[in-house]
Amino acid sequence: MLLIPCPWCGPREEAEFRYGGQAHLSYPDDPWQLDDAAWGDYLYMRANPEGEFAERWFHAHGCRTWFTVRRHTVTNAITPETPGASSPVRTEVHP
Amino acid sequence: MTRDRNYTITVDGRPVPAGQGDTVASALIADGVRSLGFSPYLNRPHAIWGIGSGGACAHVQVESGPGEPMVPATTVETYPGLRVRSLHGRGEVSLPESDDGEPRHDHTWAHCDVLVVGGGPAGLAAARAAADTRARVMIVDDAPDLGGHLRHAPRRIHGRSALDWVRHTAEELREHGDVQVLTRTTVTGQYHHGELIALERRTDHRAPATIPTHMARHRLWHIRARQVVLATGSMERPLAFAGNDRPGVMLAGAAVGYAWAHSAPPGERAVVMGAHNEALVAARHLAEAGVDISAVVDARTDPGPAGAALLDELWRGGAQILQGHAVTETRDPEASGAVTAVRVAPIDGSGRARGEETEVPCDLVAVSGGFDPCLALWTQVDGGTRYDPAHAAFLPEESAAPATVRCAGAARGTRDLDAALAEGAAVGHAAAEQRAIPTRPTPAEPVHHPRELWLVTTPHTVETEVLVDPHRDATLADVRAALDANLRSIEHVKRHTTIGTGPEQGRAWGVLASAVVGQLLDTTPEQLGTPRRRAPLAPIPLATVAGRDRGDFFDPIRRTPMHQWHLEQGAVFEDIGQWRRARYYPRWTADGQVEDMAAAVRRECRSTRESVGMLDASTLGKILVEGADAPEFLDRIYANMMSTLRIGKCRYGVICGADGMVRDDGVCVRLAEDRYLVTTTSGNADSTLAWLEEWQQTEWPQLRVQCTPVTEHWATISVVGPRSREVLGRLAPGLDVTATGFEFMGMRNTEIAGVPGLVLRVSFSGELTYEINVPSWYGLGVWEAVLEAGAPYDITPYGTETMHVLRAEKGFIVVGHETDGQVSVQDAGLGWAVSTRKDFVGKRSLARADLARDDREQLVALVPADGATVVAEGAQLITHPAPEPPVPMVGHVTSSYDSPALGTPFSLALLSGGRGRHGERLYAYHLGQTVPVQVTDPVLYDREGTRRDG
Amino acid sequence: MTAPETAPDILWRRPEPRDSYDVIVVGAGGHGLACAYYLAANHGITNVAVLDKGWLAGGNMARNTTIIRSNYLRGPSAGLYEHALKLWEGLEDELDYPMLFSQRGVLNLAHTTHNVREGIRRVNANQLNGIDAEWLTPEEISKVAPLVNTSPELRYPVLGATYQPRAGIAKHDYVAWGFARAADRLGVDLIEDCAVTGFRTSGDRVVGVETTRGPISAGRVALSAAGHTSVLTDQLGIRLPLQSHPLQALVSELLEQVHDTVVMSNTVHVYVSQVHKGELVLGAGIDAYNGYGQRGSFHVLQHQIAAAVELFPIFARAHLLRSWGGIVDVSPDASPIIGLTPYAGLYLNCGWGTGGFKATPGAGWVLADTVANDRPHPLAAAYGLDRFTTGALVDEHGAAAVAH
Repeated sequence: MLLIPCPWCGPREEAEFRYGGQAHLSYPDDPWQLDDAAWGDYLYMRANPEGEFAERWFHAHGCRTWFTVRRHTVTNAITPETPGASSPVRTEVHP
Repeated sequence: MTRDRNYTITVDGRPVPAGQGDTVASALIADGVRSLGFSPYLNRPHAIWGIGSGGACAHVQVESGPGEPMVPATTVETYPGLRVRSLHGRGEVSLPESDDGEPRHDHTWAHCDVLVVGGGPAGLAAARAAADTRARVMIVDDAPDLGGHLRHAPRRIHGRSALDWVRHTAEELREHGDVQVLTRTTVTGQYHHGELIALERRTDHRAPATIPTHMARHRLWHIRARQVVLATGSMERPLAFAGNDRPGVMLAGAAVGYAWAHSAPPGERAVVMGAHNEALVAARHLAEAGVDISAVVDARTDPGPAGAALLDELWRGGAQILQGHAVTETRDPEASGAVTAVRVAPIDGSGRARGEETEVPCDLVAVSGGFDPCLALWTQVDGGTRYDPAHAAFLPEESAAPATVRCAGAARGTRDLDAALAEGAAVGHAAAEQRAIPTRPTPAEPVHHPRELWLVTTPHTVETEVLVDPHRDATLADVRAALDANLRSIEHVKRHTTIGTGPEQGRAWGVLASAVVGQLLDTTPEQLGTPRRRAPLAPIPLATVAGRDRGDFFDPIRRTPMHQWHLEQGAVFEDIGQWRRARYYPRWTADGQVEDMAAAVRRECRSTRESVGMLDASTLGKILVEGADAPEFLDRIYANMMSTLRIGKCRYGVICGADGMVRDDGVCVRLAEDRYLVTTTSGNADSTLAWLEEWQQTEWPQLRVQCTPVTEHWATISVVGPRSREVLGRLAPGLDVTATGFEFMGMRNTEIAGVPGLVLRVSFSGELTYEINVPSWYGLGVWEAVLEAGAPYDITPYGTETMHVLRAEKGFIVVGHETDGQVSVQDAGLGWAVSTRKDFVGKRSLARADLARDDREQLVALVPADGATVVAEGAQLITHPAPEPPVPMVGHVTSSYDSPALGTPFSLALLSGGRGRHGERLYAYHLGQTVPVQVTDPVLYDREGTRRDG
Repeated sequence: MTAPETAPDILWRRPEPRDSYDVIVVGAGGHGLACAYYLAANHGITNVAVLDKGWLAGGNMARNTTIIRSNYLRGPSAGLYEHALKLWEGLEDELDYPMLFSQRGVLNLAHTTHNVREGIRRVNANQLNGIDAEWLTPEEISKVAPLVNTSPELRYPVLGATYQPRAGIAKHDYVAWGFARAADRLGVDLIEDCAVTGFRTSGDRVVGVETTRGPISAGRVALSAAGHTSVLTDQLGIRLPLQSHPLQALVSELLEQVHDTVVMSNTVHVYVSQVHKGELVLGAGIDAYNGYGQRGSFHVLQHQIAAAVELFPIFARAHLLRSWGGIVDVSPDASPIIGLTPYAGLYLNCGWGTGGFKATPGAGWVLADTVANDRPHPLAAAYGLDRFTTGALVDEHGAAAVAH
């Protein structure tokens, strides 16, 4: 059971969270500018590194915050996204 | 310590004397028994080989109490009346005769600063040192008492009996406010971020009649530890020679333990075979316990000064001393069932006999090949190990260690007792202060002066007699067969021979087996390594892992506020996600039978279409979407335009995934300018809320929107049918319920049966419908009020099955019936809902090549040609009546019902190019039968929509 | 010492890698070994090396629960897995190697009306595709698998099951060794402890690989590296829609034989079989997060064991003896990716998720054919990367046929 650092609730057990996969993927500004291949990339292509991975978690059974952590996919070592704390996703504003 | 054997246990039906402190193994040894049960394939008797959790061969089936298969006889604590049975290498499972005696298994959680695994000298010292810093400490040991190996041999600490020191230290710890001491508890696995799982056995050692009823049999501990100290000790290692599994052969430490701690010397005349000083100490202890030491066989030619002194002492005690020798074979020429002699020969550096063998009579062979630190928990968190030739053992590779886990004592090769105490204290202290790794004790000294020795052979050694894993009957011959097949990886050899896959998982025999492979390959243990040890460290009963997640607790059951009423009416239920919903309400028929589902549903449908019915729709998901940007937000989420919805109005909406496939649907109600109530399907309420929050938080945080789940706040009662207006009129006298006064898709806040309610004029059946929402705690009361108000119209409660018939007659889809994740909003016949005036999540996907195909499966209805057959849901559609596989399929049936209103059964289906195939004849295939069907428009009932206003 | 009575034959040689091969297969798991075997046996291409970063068949091949079945819903899946099952049925003879292939039947339990509908849909599709499939009532389930708890009191009562009698299990190690031995005899070089660290390219063509044992040239390179495929393709800038997850399984101690079918339940998330030796083998779903650690979380095991004990009360006293994790690469539609890549001479076989073992001979067959002919084998045509552009997914989630 991983211990996931929720920015509001502190470290909590993985079972309280839902996994959100790769972080920092943004909905295209204008999907209609993308051809089918580029749109398919947005829909399906995800980074899958063996090592450090910036990923999203959702504190579903808690404060219901989406946030980003950096986890090593081999060792599971978790380091804060930004120094100090894991960050709620809402701080990254996509216009 | 066992002293008096004053009760009996039953082993294979035979009474055996036993006493307090006895295990099955120690009682048997006291009774002169050396083996128990047989190996799985070769039927070799299984020697009682180890003590405690160390290296057991003989496993038993516990038959008294709750019963348990495959438990090491060396760990089963006795109580009066214990019954066990020997095994042939396999356990047996059977159903309990009744649930009455079914014991409880609990899970519990604990947090601590320092978890010390192992209650031997190093562990006790570590726990005390950590506790002295005011850290929260747990110390866990799998034995009945603390003390570790000190429990099995006479040792001294600070000039007094080691057991006194253990008792004293244990008392100190138990009295300490922040220390938790767990015995009979095995830490079985170490997982992520300081999580460890431990199995505590609370009642297995007690006679069933004496177990308090409140006491769970086992507790599975989920421990979250900031720091872990592994004071897990070491495992004494066997040696590979011919007949090394013969009863009478035993680990030297085990022999001492039985003789000394259980007053049960396992033999009268012993040969002690060792390769290090501690084997000599064991010989001395055996001699002190009254065992005649015939010979001490020491593989070393140079025992060092301490060894030489010990050998001298043993020699003076009358033992024959054979240095540079090894046991090559055990003997039992008369087939007595146990060893009667050993052969001994001088050996070379590789364990090969180099000279005459001599025979030494004995009835006990006490073997000690060396000590393997118990590092399973260490390697589970990717702690490395390295082979140390001076120790002749794998030691923890601490330079690349996890920062939160450290080893102490014999687990890191520290054999000297005083050194282990000092090291335990230092490591415990450092762990409590979370000091960094550099604060490590100095490398362990191999003070026991071991020699590497694994395999002893002579030119005539019968390789099938040399066991490398007796639990799986794996012999030297099997190892050689694997190597002859050109296998070289230790993992391949393990798989070829099954070494290490028995009940002890290679804990006692694994290093020996690897070293034997290495020796045959002429490589070092370092190069070969050992197979990866996997959790759990000790077997955990499946019932214990399941804990309380049994029966109704396996998964929560969600019930509506009216559930009790449904129960009392004899409703038949179905599971929808975690919800339990009434499916139909069977009634007694005139001839005293209970209606079947078909009859009940026919009746419910007819009453509803002809008069009025009512449905508990409380499970529908409900989400409050509030905020200035709620209209914009919902426009982005829904295929429909929701910003144009007028206050006090409802609109059906569809949510697509980013891939354009239907995700969920429901009704949006605009409660105010900045406030919507969104309903979802019962099964998707949670995932839809999460979907909204994900988009809001991660993509559009600038939108001022708040989503609140309110499903449980409301009870929902749909009043459906032409007479529903009268029913509502009686319940809400102040409300204008006329068709113009309360228009279709309108919403009213009103008082219903005396409580505040929200009524929606939506329809999932085509009939005039009022969907009454009241705070959930009024749900049952309002439900009963609706029943009463509807009594003059014979109002009929109906369940989900009738709901499905009514909605399907109107061609309304249900997400999960008509969709399966690959049905687009257009395939589902909901293209009309797709707004052309705005973008929304998933819209772009609808323009992809595959989604534009004409032959995609599209929603249609089917009517059986005979007007009578209810086609099976899940039937496949084909174009030919008498198929020979492979048959091309053109679609499948998603919903199918008999319909009193239509006078014929009908189905909804997804059909390739379906919208262009109305009128076509197809065949519905189901389990070998085909039914001719006619394709039609999905709306079969009241196409003109005349009934929605009553 | 006395020699063993019969000297077994060598399973495979241990050649040093040569400078160049016609085909290099990356990954000596079941699929890679089968591919190499069929390259040699079906296409006469024997100048082949199979490279593995560790010991042969030490990845998911060593870690799976060995269920074999072909009762998939969608046409392409049915075609591919049924082709594999037909190969399984002759494999021990073809490779002249025992694999303990046992067609003991697989049950997929339905616990909700939704499960029933989807199960029946799948059975009907299977029958029309010529795949053996039956729908069983709870009474019929009790005859096939008497230990299954069919009490209506169960939290999620068993309402029925799909049943494929020809489905079953095999001994995973023996399958790998059988293919390895057969491929070796046809001249294929199996090279262990040889990790591929990069690719050699010439324009848009892959012409070889860099390895921990030096560069090796190759006419064609087939990737069959399960959980690590996207780590390899990252080096060429080829993006794949794959996510690698831990997948755990466990065994009990040896028990006397009591359970001779395979029972799976996607609703309560567990599958249970008892293998020849007597161990119960249990598996379940993946851990939710991406991971390459071959370790999962205990609560995932806990849930699957609770489900197993609910379905099989008789196993309550048995023990969790050993658990382990593999790394499975999961695609968005839970179907594999097989075929060509943007680089000439580079071929993919990945995304098998939790279901790769059962496809072993079939996957090897179509991959070999795809490599040999430089075009997708007809059975693999639906599984190209382009489906993630067109949207023509081969989705097996819907009918709950995805797991294992």
